[in-house]
Amino acid sequence: MKLVQQALITAAAIAAPASAMAQEAGSLDARVNAAFASVTGPFVNLIFAPFPGTSFPWIVMWLVVGATIFTLYFGFVQFRFFGHAIKLVKGDYSDPNDAGEVSHFQALTTALSGTVGLGNIAGVAVAIGIGGPGATFWMILAGLLGMASKFTECTLAVKYRNEYPDGTVSGGPMYYMKKGFSELGLPGGGFLAIMFSIFCILGALGGGNMFQANQAHAQIAGIVGDYPGWITGVVFAGVVFAVIVGGIKSIARVTEKVVPFMGILYVVASLIIILANYDQIGAAFGAIFEGAFTGLGVAGGFVGALIQGFKRAAFSNEAGVGSAAIAHAAVRTKEPITEGFVSLLEPLIDTVVICTMTALVITISGQLIINPETGLYVLNEAGTAIATVGDTSGVALTSAAFGSAISWFPYVLAVAVVLFAFSTMISWSYYGLKAWTYLFGEGKASELTFKIIFCVFIVIGAAASLGPVIDFSDAAIFSMAVVNIFALYFLMKLVRRELNSYAGRLKSGEIKEYVH
Amino acid sequence: MTTKLVVGLDGHPTGERALTHARRLAELIGDCELVVAYVVEWSPFSFQTAEENAERHKRREEEIDTAMERVVNPAVKKVTDAGIKARGMVRHGDVSDTLIAISKDEDAEQIIVSRTSEGGFAERFFGSSTSNLVMSSPVPVTVVS
Repeated sequence: MKLVQQALITAAAIAAPASAMAQEAGSLDARVNAAFASVTGPFVNLIFAPFPGTSFPWIVMWLVVGATIFTLYFGFVQFRFFGHAIKLVKGDYSDPNDAGEVSHFQALTTALSGTVGLGNIAGVAVAIGIGGPGATFWMILAGLLGMASKFTECTLAVKYRNEYPDGTVSGGPMYYMKKGFSELGLPGGGFLAIMFSIFCILGALGGGNMFQANQAHAQIAGIVGDYPGWITGVVFAGVVFAVIVGGIKSIARVTEKVVPFMGILYVVASLIIILANYDQIGAAFGAIFEGAFTGLGVAGGFVGALIQGFKRAAFSNEAGVGSAAIAHAAVRTKEPITEGFVSLLEPLIDTVVICTMTALVITISGQLIINPETGLYVLNEAGTAIATVGDTSGVALTSAAFGSAISWFPYVLAVAVVLFAFSTMISWSYYGLKAWTYLFGEGKASELTFKIIFCVFIVIGAAASLGPVIDFSDAAIFSMAVVNIFALYFLMKLVRRELNSYAGRLKSGEIKEYVH
Repeated sequence: MTTKLVVGLDGHPTGERALTHARRLAELIGDCELVVAYVVEWSPFSFQTAEENAERHKRREEEIDTAMERVVNPAVKKVTDAGIKARGMVRHGDVSDTLIAISKDEDAEQIIVSRTSEGGFAERFFGSSTSNLVMSSPVPVTVVS
């Protein structure tokens, strides 16, 4: 495990200039970084502990086993109801009298804006850099299985949300844990809800905040030249503060409109690069499949590819983590399970489509150095990751891969990264806030306290070097999954009841499409 | 059988002229009911933040109340005071699609709207809601200028 962590720290050090800066004794960045690493170290080690005698982290197994069980328990719901999910998003089953309420499309895109982001750009590059193209295979598999986890948690989130007299709603794992467990007459729901909320706050501050700030800084510094991270942090914190505290909705609205456009542009650019190199598509898929089982010489062999693929997929699509369930809970529907169907599209779009695009572009671009004699990948000096042209990793590797085909694309990518980071922060500030208010009660003072803490962590995230930040981000987000999946095992029978009832009524024609 | 006419209001002073015209038609027809409708422009395919979604139901109610209070109820009162049957409603959606849907639901004979087009790039490009209505409505549309 230490190897994987070392590898992450070394190979993913995209913020190399920032981290070099941080080394300077006495600098603010260095102090922030050192303090942060020492505080978070034990927590990170616990979450990523390997199975005894192996290098396989138990948490990765936890997520994959969970997703597999949900897939089997619901009889491959992600494939059986895929077409129905598309119809729901199109609004074919939406009551025209509910026009003006949150639609399935809106709930889905809001949740997607929280998940599509750096995980798809930087995370995939980290996975490929360490685990080789074979990691893509495991990433896609994890994405497909994760669809069932997402389905389970989002159905429950809508079913057990709180609806307040003023018409606002709050939902998410903490609510279904408490209400669902008490409905089943099981003890401990309240305790799980509290545990989840604590981890959700940490996840919001980690992956939903510091990792984003850190990567956004790395991108900006990569273009305008090196400067201290706290400056980016303060600027970002100021803008986020203006939105979440100052209520300047116009900034959020602009972002919400630009981000989907950026996402589409990213996929289109990827497709152009892939199609322009159509002769290499076969070889790329060959490398992906072969690498999935042999590793093609990467550090850790095929297990390394598998761990990286699973880990980055989970970090990217957050299936089983419970975060998106908070966003999906806001939809207006008489059938909670319909939101479950819609939510299963999320890992598909995020991981199976967008992450695969990134992986293919990196593989095709030739940025990963291959030994022409053996056909295996050449490792870097430390032996922890694949050597790349220009010694890049993380978001810089993705940028270089796109840049090798479309010279000006790294600039677009930089803008996209900053916007994705920003929109993910806004989404996670809401997730964290819901967990916070669950613990400390709703109210202006309580909400303001969390929002200020959130903004402070943006500065810390931008100033710290990548290693400790990425470790803490992963650990915090995965710890949410520990509690969430545990609770889902008890609650999944409630979802199956809903599924059977709905499927029956759909078949009998009781649930009909509306003629629009 | 009572003849129904749908009057689309948009909160602009020009809507007043559509209402006046509908009232005159109703008087000529005799057994006639006016369905006074206000459509809040809304698309299920827009992008929103999680916070906006959580408050959406509340906002929707507020939007309906405001439109009822400021636009629809005064208009309904004006025509009922003149002895003509009238009802008001507020809907969310695309203006032309929603007015058409209302006219179908109500089995209306005609839709009456005022021309509000003030030009602009978007309208030149996509057409105003009035021109879309004229092009796709299955019932006659009167546009009062």
